[in-house]
Amino acid sequence: MSNKACDAGRRDFLKAAAAVVTLAPGVTLMSIPAAAAPRPADQPASATQRWGLLVDTTRCTTDCTACVSACRTENGISGHGRPATDPQWIRKIELRNETTGATHSLPMMCQHCANPPCVDVCPTGASFKRADGIVLVDRHTCIGCRYCMMACPYKARSFVHEDVEDQRPDVPRGVGTVEGCNLCVARVDAGGLPACVESCRSNGNGAMLFGDLNDPKSEIAQRVKTYATTQLRADLGLDTGVRYQGI
Amino acid sequence: MKTVAYSEVQGLTPGWMTLLGGLGALIAIGLGSAWYMEHNGHYVTGMSNQVVWGMPHVFAVFLIVAASGALNVASIGSVFGKTAYKPLAPLSGLLALALLVGGLMVLVLDLGRPDRLTVAMTHFNFKSIFAWNVILYTGFFAVVAVYLWMLMDRRMGGWVKPAGFAAFLWRLILTTGTGSIFGFLVARDAYNSAVMAPLFIAMSFSFGLAIFILVLMAAYRWTDRPLGDGIVRILKNLLGVFIAAVLYFVAVQHLTNLYITERHGIEAFILRDGGIYTFLFWGVQIVLGSLLPMALLFHPGLSASRANVALASLLVIVGGLAQVYVIIIGGQAYPLEIFPGMEVVASGFFDGQVAAYSPTAAETMLGISGFALAMAIVAVGATVLRFLPVSLADEG
Amino acid sequence: MAPFSSLPRKREPITGGEWIPACAGMTRKVRIALGLLGVLFAVLTTAPAVAEGVPLPAIPKAKGEKCVEEPQLMRRYHMEFLGHQRDATMRQGIRTTRHSLKECISCHAVDGTDGKPVTIKSEQHFCNACHSYAAVRIDCFQCHASTPEVPGRQAAR
Repeated sequence: MSNKACDAGRRDFLKAAAAVVTLAPGVTLMSIPAAAAPRPADQPASATQRWGLLVDTTRCTTDCTACVSACRTENGISGHGRPATDPQWIRKIELRNETTGATHSLPMMCQHCANPPCVDVCPTGASFKRADGIVLVDRHTCIGCRYCMMACPYKARSFVHEDVEDQRPDVPRGVGTVEGCNLCVARVDAGGLPACVESCRSNGNGAMLFGDLNDPKSEIAQRVKTYATTQLRADLGLDTGVRYQGI
Repeated sequence: MKTVAYSEVQGLTPGWMTLLGGLGALIAIGLGSAWYMEHNGHYVTGMSNQVVWGMPHVFAVFLIVAASGALNVASIGSVFGKTAYKPLAPLSGLLALALLVGGLMVLVLDLGRPDRLTVAMTHFNFKSIFAWNVILYTGFFAVVAVYLWMLMDRRMGGWVKPAGFAAFLWRLILTTGTGSIFGFLVARDAYNSAVMAPLFIAMSFSFGLAIFILVLMAAYRWTDRPLGDGIVRILKNLLGVFIAAVLYFVAVQHLTNLYITERHGIEAFILRDGGIYTFLFWGVQIVLGSLLPMALLFHPGLSASRANVALASLLVIVGGLAQVYVIIIGGQAYPLEIFPGMEVVASGFFDGQVAAYSPTAAETMLGISGFALAMAIVAVGATVLRFLPVSLADEG
Repeated sequence: MAPFSSLPRKREPITGGEWIPACAGMTRKVRIALGLLGVLFAVLTTAPAVAEGVPLPAIPKAKGEKCVEEPQLMRRYHMEFLGHQRDATMRQGIRTTRHSLKECISCHAVDGTDGKPVTIKSEQHFCNACHSYAAVRIDCFQCHASTPEVPGRQAAR
C-alpha cells in the first residue's frame, strides 16, 4: 500500500496541527459529541454500557491511514521493519467484491466480541472481557502461548516478538505477551474517544463512530437500529462490538 | 503362570556413556536454542503473527500424542488381558512418561513467558481446553506413576487391572483434549471439527507404538537380551492396523471438508496447491509414512525381516511428524476468510495471502531436544529400576 | 458463562484507596518473631559485607510532600498495594490514583544529568535504589513505563 507517503503527509499535518491548534481539518467533519461523561475513577466499568464502534465503509478511503497512525502514536507502537512480526493493532484492508467488482476500504481491528473466542481458549484467563464489553489481555497472567491468536477469526491479536522500550504509562506492553486493540480503554474511561475514531474525524473522513450500543439515545445505537450493518463472520455468532456499514 | 524376571540395564558402560552423552548434547543444544529465542524474542524464529505456532509445537504435539499412545502396550496387557503384552507394560509406562516430559519441555520453553509456568498451573479458565490439558497432562503423570507402582511392586498385583484401566481411560481423555485444542478452533476451516479428537487418538496409537517398537529393539540389541520373533510379529501387526486406523480418520477428515463448499479452499490448498504442504501430505504422510510401512509390515516376505519392521516404525514417525506439520503449519498458512465473497486487494497485515513459514535451526533443535530428553529419561529409568524383562525370547 | 478467572482473584473489589493488607494487622508477637528472623537472616547473609561497610541505599527524595501511605507501611507492603490496584484497574477499570504505579513513577521520578527522568536501567532510579540493595528483581518494567509521561506524546485530542 502507499501508506508511507500518506503517513509522511500526515506527520506534517500533525506538526502543523500542533503548531496551529485551531487549524480546520478541511475534510468531512461530523458533529459527534464526546462518547459520554467520564465515569468516576473509583467506579468499576459496568455492564449497563457496551462500547461499540461503527465503521462507515462508504466514507473510508483507500489513501487514508489516519486511524492507523493515530493508534501507533497513542499506544506507543513502533515496528522494526519486520512486517510479519511487528505489532498489529489496527490495519487497513482494501476489498473487491468478486461478483460486482465494487471496492471497499476499511479499518480492521479487534472486534470486541460479546462472546470472544480468544477469551474462551485462554488457559490462564489473561484474555478477558471487561463488564462494558472491551476485550483485553491481562499481561500479568499472559504466558505467551498464542492460543488466542489461533482462535481469533480476525487476526486481531499480535505477539510481542521483541523487547519493548519507551512505553506510554497508560499503555504497558512487553515482550513475550499477546496484545491487540484495547479500544483505548484509558481514554474511554476518562470519557474520551479511541484515538483512531478521533483521528478519523479530524484528520480522516469521519468514517468511524464510537459509542454505547446499550444506550438507545446514543448515535451509534440509533444508526445500528436504522441501517443494516454487518458483523464480520456473523455466522460464528460472536456478537461483535465493531460493526460495518456499506459492505 | 510363568513369572517374568526383570533387571536393570547396566549403566556407565562405554555404550551407555556414548548414548547418554549424545542425548545430553542434543538436550544442551535445545536448551541453548530456547535461551536464544527467549533472550532475543520470537522474531528470531520462523514464527510470526500469521504462523503463531511453529516447529516447537509440531514436535511438542507429536511427542504428547505419542506419549499417550506409548501407554497402549501396557493397557492391552492390563485392561484387555493379552498375556503376551504383560512383560512389556513397565517399559510402556516409562516411555509414556518420558515422551510426555519431552513434549511438555518443548511446549513450555517456547512460551513467550516460560518464567510464568506457575501462573499456568495456578490460574485456570475452565472453558479453555488448553487449561484442561494442563490438568490432564499433570494428572497423567500421577495416574501412570501409580500404575507403574502397581505393576512393579509384586505386593500390589491385584491392583494392576484397576490402575491400568484408570490409566487407559485417562489417556483416551488426554488425547481427546489434545485433538480438541485444534477441534475447538471455530474460526479456522482447517480445524474446527469433532473428528480431530478420534483422529488424534488414532495417531497416538500409531506414533506411540512405532516409538515403542524402536525403543524395545534398540534396548534389547544394545543390552544383548533375547527378543523373540513372536513378540515382534504381534507388535508389527498391531502397528499396521493402527496405521490403517489413522488413514481412515484422515480420509473422513478430508472427505467431510471436501463436501462442505466453504472448506474447498483449505482442501485445495492442502491436497493440491499447497506446495510444501501438499508434498508433505501426499509424499511423506501418505506414501512414505503410511502406505510404505503398511507394505513392509504386512508383506509376507518383507515383514519377516526385523530391519524392515524397524524401518517401517521409523517411517511412521517421519510420516507422523509430517502429518502434524501439515495440520499445525498448513492450517495456519492458509489465510483466514474474514470477508466471504470479497477479494482482498491490499492489506496492512497479509490478509488473504498464504503465510510463509520456514523453521529456523533454533526452533527445530528445541523440538529435537524434546525427543532426546525423552530417550535419556528412558535410558536412565531403565538403568536405575527394573523396567526391562531379562528375556523376551519366544516360549517353547 | 464468565470464566472464574475473570473475577478479581483473592482480594475484594475496592471502591476507593482504603485497602490495607490483611497481614498489616497480624499480632505483635508474630511480627516481632518475623522481625527477629529477618534480622538473623540479614546478619548471617550480609555479615561480611557489613564489615566492609556497604552503604545503605540512598533513597532519592520524591517530588510530593508526603507519601500516600506511611513510609514504614509502604516499604513493607508496596507490592500488595500495587498488586491490588493493578487488578482493580486492569479487570474493572477502576482508575483511582492513590496506589497506582503511574503515580508512584511520577512522584518518585529522578532526573538524570541530562535533566530527563532516568529509566529503570539507571542505578539512580527510585525503585532500583532499594531493589538492587536487596537483590530483588523487578518484573514491572518489561511492560510498564519506568518514567513519567512525556508531555504531548499521546495522540492529539
